[in-house]
Amino acid sequence: MNTNHPIAPQVVSKQAASRRIVEVAKEIHADITKKHKKPSMKFPIRSLANVKYDTKRGHFEILNKTATRTLSYNTVKTFAQSMRLLATTKNDLLDKDDIAGKRELYYNSKSWGECRFDEQPESDTLLDDIEAMLGINREQLGYIPEERGGDVAGPLTVLDIDPSNGKDIKIECAKLGSGAWSIPSRVEHLRFASKAKFILAVETASLFQRLVHHRYFEKANCILISMSGVPTRACRRFIRRLADDQKIPVLAFTDGDPYGYCNIYRTLKVGSGQAAHINRYFCVPQVHYLGVTPQDIIDYGLEDATHPLEEADIKRAKDALKNDPFIQHHKEWQQALEQMLKMGVRIEQQAFAKHGLNYVLEKYLPEKIKKGKFLP
Amino acid sequence: MAKRTSAVGETAESMARRQREISVSEFFLKNRHLLGFDSPRRALMTAVKEAVDNSLDACEEAGILPEIMVELEQTGDNRFRVTVTDNGPGIVKTQIPKIFAKLLYGSKFHRLRMSRGQQGIGISAAGMYGQLTTGSATVIRSRTKGSPAAHQISVQIDTRQNKPTILSDVSVAWTPTFPAGSGDGNEGDPVTYKHGTSVSIEMEAAYVRGKLSVDEFLKQCAIVNPHLSLHYAVTLKKPAKGDAEGEAPADSIRQSFLRAVKKLPPAAQEIMPHPHGVELGMLMQMLKDTESRTVRSALASDFSRISQQTALDICVAAKVDPKARPDKLGPGEIEAVYKTIQQTKLMRPPTDCLAPIGEEEILAGLKKEIDADFYTSVTRDPTVYRGNPFQIEVGMAYAKPQSDEDLNNENPVRLLRFANRVPLLYMGGACSITKAMTGVNWKAYGLAQPKGALPLGPVVVSVHMASVWVPFTSESKDAIANYPEIIQEITLALQECGRRLSINISKRKREAEAERKRGYIEKYIPHLATGLKDILSLPDKDKTKIEGDLKKMLEKTHLEV
Repeated sequence: MNTNHPIAPQVVSKQAASRRIVEVAKEIHADITKKHKKPSMKFPIRSLANVKYDTKRGHFEILNKTATRTLSYNTVKTFAQSMRLLATTKNDLLDKDDIAGKRELYYNSKSWGECRFDEQPESDTLLDDIEAMLGINREQLGYIPEERGGDVAGPLTVLDIDPSNGKDIKIECAKLGSGAWSIPSRVEHLRFASKAKFILAVETASLFQRLVHHRYFEKANCILISMSGVPTRACRRFIRRLADDQKIPVLAFTDGDPYGYCNIYRTLKVGSGQAAHINRYFCVPQVHYLGVTPQDIIDYGLEDATHPLEEADIKRAKDALKNDPFIQHHKEWQQALEQMLKMGVRIEQQAFAKHGLNYVLEKYLPEKIKKGKFLP
Repeated sequence: MAKRTSAVGETAESMARRQREISVSEFFLKNRHLLGFDSPRRALMTAVKEAVDNSLDACEEAGILPEIMVELEQTGDNRFRVTVTDNGPGIVKTQIPKIFAKLLYGSKFHRLRMSRGQQGIGISAAGMYGQLTTGSATVIRSRTKGSPAAHQISVQIDTRQNKPTILSDVSVAWTPTFPAGSGDGNEGDPVTYKHGTSVSIEMEAAYVRGKLSVDEFLKQCAIVNPHLSLHYAVTLKKPAKGDAEGEAPADSIRQSFLRAVKKLPPAAQEIMPHPHGVELGMLMQMLKDTESRTVRSALASDFSRISQQTALDICVAAKVDPKARPDKLGPGEIEAVYKTIQQTKLMRPPTDCLAPIGEEEILAGLKKEIDADFYTSVTRDPTVYRGNPFQIEVGMAYAKPQSDEDLNNENPVRLLRFANRVPLLYMGGACSITKAMTGVNWKAYGLAQPKGALPLGPVVVSVHMASVWVPFTSESKDAIANYPEIIQEITLALQECGRRLSINISKRKREAEAERKRGYIEKYIPHLATGLKDILSLPDKDKTKIEGDLKKMLEKTHLEV
C-alpha cells in the first residue's frame, strides 16, 4: 500500500490513532486529578506565518510555533467539546472501523445536550484543531470530506478494492466515454498501472470536458485531471501518489490570475498555511506550471481577451509577494506576478477560444509542452 | 363712531372713590393657586400638609415625640372632612381663633429658626378654602397639659378684615386618642394623651392615589420624620345604590407608620439675621424698628456676626456717626452702611441653628419604607446662601428586585424632595433638587441616564434641605428656588452617595457575572468529564472526581469576587 518514495507520508494505523487519543486523554486526566493543575491542549499554529518552504522536501513544512489552550472559563466549552469529539472519534470511528462526514459529525453532536455544536463551522474548526493536535490527518481518523476529489481521464488503470469482499476492481480511465472517473476521498489503498508520459491537472471542468471530448489524452499520452478550483486533499494526495508511483512529471494549467497562481497552483505543489500540519501528505512537489502565464498573453496575442485585475486580485498578488514563502523563494514567480501587476490584467483558460475553439489543444498545449519551459 | 366710554371721563376724585385697601385674605381668595388650592385634589393635599406641618412643629418645639392621626372622610360626592389630631402641647384658648382664622398670623415668620411652617398662612388658608367651597367652619379642639377639659371652637375667617369670627366656643371632655400599636402604648389598647390639638375642616376635595396624593405625602413624611408615629384613615362614601345603614364603607384605608427612632431631633436655635443676607429695604426697616439707641449698637445686637468693634468699623467706613440714633439716619447714609456691610468680611452665620435629620435617622426612615439591599446617606456640613445657613442631606436606597413594580431599570429613579422635613410633591421640575439631580453625571456611578433627565434604575433618592429660611418659589412651598450655593451643595451630596452606590452596583455586577460564569462552567464540566470517561473507560466515581476537581479549580480562578 505504501509507496517507495523516500519522503512518503507516515501512515497511521487505526489502533495507533486510537492509542494517541488515549495518551492525550490520560495526560489531561492526570493534570486534573493528580497534579491539580488546569489541563491544556497544544496545537501547532496553522497559518503561513508558521510555515517554511522546505526546498529539499518540496512543500510547506510547519514550524514549531504552537498555541496552548488551557482550561479556563473562556475555553471550558471548547475543551468539553474536544473531549467529546475525541471520545466519539476513538470509540465510534477508529475502534469500530467506521467513517463519518464532517456534516455527520456536526449532527452527531446534537446528542451532546448543551455541549452540542450550534453551527457546522464550529465542528469543522475543532476537527482541524484536533487533527493538528494529534498530528494525524482527519482522513486517517475516519472522517471523510464531503467535497468531490476531482475527475480523472486518460491512459490509466486504477486498481481499487471492493469493500464488501476485498477483491480487486480494475478501472480503465481511458474507457469511460465522454465521462470521467471520480477520485474517492481515501486514496491510500489504490494501485496504478499506466504508460502515460505526464499528468496534466487543469483548473476548470469545462476545459477538462473539451480535452476529454477531443480525446486529447490520446494525442498527448497524458493523464488528465480536473481540479475544479483549489484541489481537495484527496485530489492532491491522488496526484502525488500517482506521480510518485509512475515517476512521471505533472503539469498544471490554470487561469492566469493571482488566484490560479497563489492558491490553486501553490497549494497543489507545496500545500497551504491552513493545513500546514499535514502538508507533507498533501502536496505534489514535482508539479510544474504550464500556464496561462502573463507572458503567454503577449506571446499568443490575447491582450484583447483579458480582464482588468480587480482589487482583490491586486491585493492577493501583493500579499503573496510579501508573505508567501513559496513565491519569495522563486524569482520566476515574483517576476510573473510583477509582470501581471504591471499589465494590470488577468486571463482565463478559455480565452484561447479567440483563435478558434480547439486552438488550446491543437496549438497552445502542444507548443508549450514541446518548448518545455515551465514556471517552478 | 362708538360712543365714548365713561372710563375716559374719570377724574382723580372719581377714581379715588373706588380705591380701597385689599385685605390679604381677599388677595389670597382670588389667588388661591399661590397657596396650593388650585384644584380639589391638590387642596386636600395642601390642607393635610399644612395641618401636619403645624402639628410637627408644635410637638418638636415642646419636646414631645409626635404622634399624629390624619383622617379623611368623604361627606359628599366631592367633599371631604379633613381631621388632623396631634399629641402636641395644645393651644391656649385665646390664641386659637387667630391661629386658625387669620392669615399671616403666627410665631414663625419673625424669627430665623428652622421650622416647617414659615409664613403663618397655611392652616388659615385651608380653613378659608373650606369656608369658601362648603360654607362650613373650621373646628378646633385643643387641650393643654393640666387643664380639666378641652376647648372646642368653631371659627370662620372674615375675609374683608382678615380676622376670625367665632361661631361657637364650648368646653368638651376630649382627649387626643390614637389607634393601638403606636409604639409606646400596649399592643391592642388605643393610646390617649392628656394634651393635644385636633383641627377639622370640611372642603371641596378629590381623593386620588398615586404620586401626587395624600397617601404619598404621608408616606414620605414618615420617611423624613423617623421619630413620628403617623396614623392614616380614609373613609370613602360607598356608591349611592348600596347606601344601606350599617354596611362597611365602600373603600377605606387604615394605615400606621410607626416611629423608627425614639429620639427627637435636636431643638433648633433661633438666630439673628446675617448682614450679608439682608437687603437694603430690610436694613432700613430693621434700623427703624430697633430698640437700640445708636447705629453702632443696633448693628451689633440685631445682626449675627457683628461685634461692637466691627460695628464701629462699619460706621467709620460708611462715614456715619456711630452714636447717631438709628431711626434718624437718612436714606443715603443707610445705603452707605449697606454697601459697607457688603464689602466687610464677616464670619459666616452660626450653623448650630440647624437641626438636620442625621445620617442614621435618614437610613432608619428609608429602611422603614423601602425594601432595598443597599442604603446610604450623607449629611453635608452646614453652609450659607445669602446669609442664611442651610444644610443638605441625601439618602439613597437601591431597591431589591421586584420589591416595587415602579422601581426598575427602565424607569427614572424615585426622587423624594424635602425641605425642613416636609415632603415636596408638586412642581418638581422647577426645584433646585431636581436641577442638581439631573446635572449629576450618573453614568459615572453605573446608572443609565438619558441626556438632561433623571437617571434610570431601581433607586430611591431622598434630598433634604434644612434651613432657617428655605427659599421656596411660591407660598405653596413646592419647589426650592435655584440658588447656585444650594445646587452646589446638593450636587456634592448626591455625588458622594453616587460614589458609594457605584461601588455597590459594580459589586453587584461582579457577583452577577460570577454567577453567570459559574452556571456556564458547571454546564460544560460534566461534558468534559464524560469525554474523558468515554476515552479512558473510567468508572463513574472517577468521573465525579474529575468534575469536583475541575469545579474547584475554575471557581478559584474565575469566580472569586
